[in-house]
Amino acid sequence: MTSTNQDPVLVVLQLSGGNDILNTVIPYNDPLYVDNRPNVRIPTDQVIPINDNLGFNPNMAPLKPLWDDGHMAIVQGVGYPNPNRSHFRSMDIWHTCEPDKIAEEGWLGRAIRDLDPNKENVLTGVNFGRGLPRALAAPGVPVASVGSLETYGVLTSIEQEEKRSEALNIFSRMYSPTMGQGPVFDYLSQNGMDALTGADILATAPGKYSSSVEYGASSTSQYMRNIAQVHCAGLGTRILYTTAPYNSFDTHATQMTAHANLITDVSTMVSDFYADLKEHNASENVLLLVFTEFGRRVHDNGSGTDHGSGGAAFLFGDKVKGGLYGEYPSLEADKLLDGDLHFNNDFRGLYATILEDWFGLDAQPIVNGNFEKMDFIAK
Amino acid sequence: MAEADIQLMAHLMRRAGFGATYEELERRAAIGYEETVEQLLHPENEQDLTMDVMQRYMHGWRDMNSVMANQAYWTYRMVNSSRQLEEKLCLFWHGIFCVGDSKCMAANQILVQLNNFRKDGLGNFENLLQGLSKDPAMLYYLDNQLSHKEAVNENWGRELLELFSMGVGMDGQANYSEDDVKACAEAFTGWTIGNAIPRYPYGRYDNSFLYNQYDHSEEDKSFLGESGNFNGDDVVKIIAKQPSTARFISRHLYNFFVADEPQVPAWQTTAPRDLEAIELLEKTYFESGYEIRSMLRVLFNSDFFKNARFAKVKSPTEVVISTLRLRGDFTGPKPRIYDPALEIRYMGQDLLNPPTVEGWHTGKEWIDSGTLVERVNYTSGEMGDINSPGIRSIINRVAAQGSSISPEQLLDVCLEMLGGYSLTDDTRTLLLENAGKNGDISTESDEFAEQVGETLQLIVSTQEYQFT
Repeated sequence: MTSTNQDPVLVVLQLSGGNDILNTVIPYNDPLYVDNRPNVRIPTDQVIPINDNLGFNPNMAPLKPLWDDGHMAIVQGVGYPNPNRSHFRSMDIWHTCEPDKIAEEGWLGRAIRDLDPNKENVLTGVNFGRGLPRALAAPGVPVASVGSLETYGVLTSIEQEEKRSEALNIFSRMYSPTMGQGPVFDYLSQNGMDALTGADILATAPGKYSSSVEYGASSTSQYMRNIAQVHCAGLGTRILYTTAPYNSFDTHATQMTAHANLITDVSTMVSDFYADLKEHNASENVLLLVFTEFGRRVHDNGSGTDHGSGGAAFLFGDKVKGGLYGEYPSLEADKLLDGDLHFNNDFRGLYATILEDWFGLDAQPIVNGNFEKMDFIAK
Repeated sequence: MAEADIQLMAHLMRRAGFGATYEELERRAAIGYEETVEQLLHPENEQDLTMDVMQRYMHGWRDMNSVMANQAYWTYRMVNSSRQLEEKLCLFWHGIFCVGDSKCMAANQILVQLNNFRKDGLGNFENLLQGLSKDPAMLYYLDNQLSHKEAVNENWGRELLELFSMGVGMDGQANYSEDDVKACAEAFTGWTIGNAIPRYPYGRYDNSFLYNQYDHSEEDKSFLGESGNFNGDDVVKIIAKQPSTARFISRHLYNFFVADEPQVPAWQTTAPRDLEAIELLEKTYFESGYEIRSMLRVLFNSDFFKNARFAKVKSPTEVVISTLRLRGDFTGPKPRIYDPALEIRYMGQDLLNPPTVEGWHTGKEWIDSGTLVERVNYTSGEMGDINSPGIRSIINRVAAQGSSISPEQLLDVCLEMLGGYSLTDDTRTLLLENAGKNGDISTESDEFAEQVGETLQLIVSTQEYQFT
C-alpha cells in the first residue's frame, strides 16, 4: 500500500482513570443532576450551554469554537454490556473489544495490520509515551513507541561514529528473525528491527516542522505536539496514540479541583492540536478520538465519584459531522444500572464507524462482531 | 570451584537479589547453595546499610519528602544492601500493593510503607495485610479516609480483594461477588488517618492510622459465606484463609521469582503454567501458617526454580540495578545519583509511581520497540565504561587467561563474568566474528581494555541478555 498525505489518519487521546461525564457534558437542567451531586457539581451558571439540556464544563471553553463550527461530535452513553468497574479490565475491554475474555490483540494493532498488511512502513502506528497500550498491540505488528521524539535512536551511547555504525550493523543482524527460539525471543527480534528502522525515519520529523502554536507544558500536551510533528512530516503514519498519564482521571476524591485542571489541559491541547494542523494545512485527513474507559458513579461520594459505567467519547476533525450521537443516559433511579449511567451505545459501533467509514476497512473481524454504526463521518 | 555451582548461584542472586559480581558469586558458592538461601531468607542477620555519610551529602535524604529522594534512596539500597532479598521482596510487594506518589499526602509516607515491606515482607501474610490496611499511604491512595458509614467508598474494599489478596477468580470461577465487595468496604468504614498537623519550621508529622468507631458501620455483614458484625481485621482474617488467596500469592511469587506467567487479569481463566509448583506453594502457605519465608524457602530450593534459568524477561529495575552492581561504583555520594531511577522510568517502570493500582504488566510486556531501545542504550553505555571498577575487574579476569587469547576465550570469559549467559548459535557467531576480526587478541595491547568493553557492550545488547 502506498501512503500519500491524503490517506486517512486517526489520532487517539486516551483519558485514563474514568472521566466523569456528568461533569464534562453536563445535564444542567436535570434536577436529578443537582440531587445526585450535592458536592461534586458544576453550578448551573458556569455551564457553557450547547442546547437546552446539555452544556460543557466551563473549562472546555477552548473547544466551543470547534463545536460551533461543527467539527466536534459527542458520542453519548457509550459503553458495553455488563460493565466492568476495574480500570485495568475496562481499559483492556476498550483496547481489545473482548468484554468476556482476556484477549491479546488490540483493535488498533489489528487495524494497522489491515492498513499495512505487508509491513511496508514500521511507522504505520506510532505511540507517544512509555510503554505500548494494548490497543496498539498485535503479534507481528510493528508499532514505534516513542518516549522522546528528539533523542530517539539505538546504541546512541556509542559516541564514535564508526564504532556505532559497526555496532548497529551487528545489532541489526542479531535481531534478524531466526527460527525456533520461541515466541518471546521472536518478539524481541521484531522489536529490535522495528526500533532500528523507525528510529532512522522518525529522527527526520522534528527538523521538518515549525509552528506558531505553543502547546502546554504537560507531558500529554507535548506528545500531542509530537503527533502533529510526525503527521506533518508525511511519514505515512496512519494511527497515532497517546495517553493522559497515571489514571489521572480517577477522581475518587477532591474531584472539583483535580477535574477542572484535567479538563482544562485536555481542552487546550485538543484546540492547540487542531489549530496546529490547520496552520500546516494538514487537518483534512485527520480524525481525533478522545475516550475514557468508563464514566463515574452518578451519586457523588462527598468529595469525588467512584467507578461507574456509561461514558462519552469525543471526535474532532474537518470531516466530522458535529453534534450529539446516541442518547444521554437517563439519571432516573430506575433507569440506572447499579447506580451508574446505563450505556445505550456500544463502543464497538463507534470503532466500526471509524474502521469502515474512515479507514475503509472491514470492521467485523477487528471488533469481534457486528455493531450498529454511527453517522459522524461526512461522506 | 565448579563453574556450574557459580552459574547456579548467579541464577539465585539474579532472582533473589539484583545480581552479583563474579567475586561475590565465588564467595557465596563456597558457602553453598542452601546456606546462601538461608542467609537471604534472614536479612535481619545481615548488617543494615548505614546512611549517615549519605545523609551528610544528600540533604533531601534526611526528611525523604520528595519522590526523587525516595527513588534515589531505594535504588541506592537495591544496589548496596547486603540484604538483597529484603530489597527484592520490597519491590515484589510494591508491584502488588501499589501506592503511587502521584496520589500521596507526602512522599515520605511511601517510605513508611516500604519500610513495613522490609520488616514484614518475609513474614506472615495475614500480618502483612493487617499492616497494609492500617497504612496511611494506602488508606489515602484508595480513599478509605473518605469512606463513611453513611457514604461508603468502595475503592479500598474492592482492590483489597481484586488485587491484593484473592484475585477476581481462579479455575474459571469468580472468587467473590459484588455483595462481598460491598460488605468488605463496609467493614472498613471508620478506618481513616489522623491529622498530620504541620509543625513548621520543624517539618510535618507523619500521618497515622486512626480508627473512628463513630464512623464505623456496626451492621451485620455477610462476607464470603460468613456473617457477623465484621470489622476490617475480621475481614482480613477471613481473606487470609481462602484457598484463592493461597493461589493468588503463589502465582505472584512464581511469576516474580520463577518464570513469566500470563498477566493477572487472565488468572481467573488461565491455569498456572506449572500447576504442581503452584500447589506446592499453596500447601506451604497453609502448613506454615501463611509464612512468605517458608514459601520462598521451598521455592528457591526446588528443581522448578533451579531449572528456570532465563525464563523471565528482566524488569527495568533489574536491568538498571544489576548493571550498577556489576559496575561497582554506585557506592557513595556522587553527582547524578538520581539518574538510575530515571533510567528505570524511561524503560517503563516509574518506581513509586505504578501506572495504576494494578501495578506493572510484566514479562514480555516490559518490552516494546521504545523500551528495548532504552535498555540497549543504557546497558551498552554503562558496560562500555572501562574505567569503572567492576568493568576493570572483568578486564583483569580476561587478561589473566594469558598474553594472547582466542576470540572464543574473550567471549566466553565475558559471558561467565556477567553470570553465565548462553547465546544462540547465530548470536554467538556474530559476536565471535566481531571479537576475532583481527585474529587472536593480545591482552597486553593498548586496545585490549576497549576490546573487552566492546564485547560487553554487544553482549548486553543481545536478545539473550534481556532475560533473567
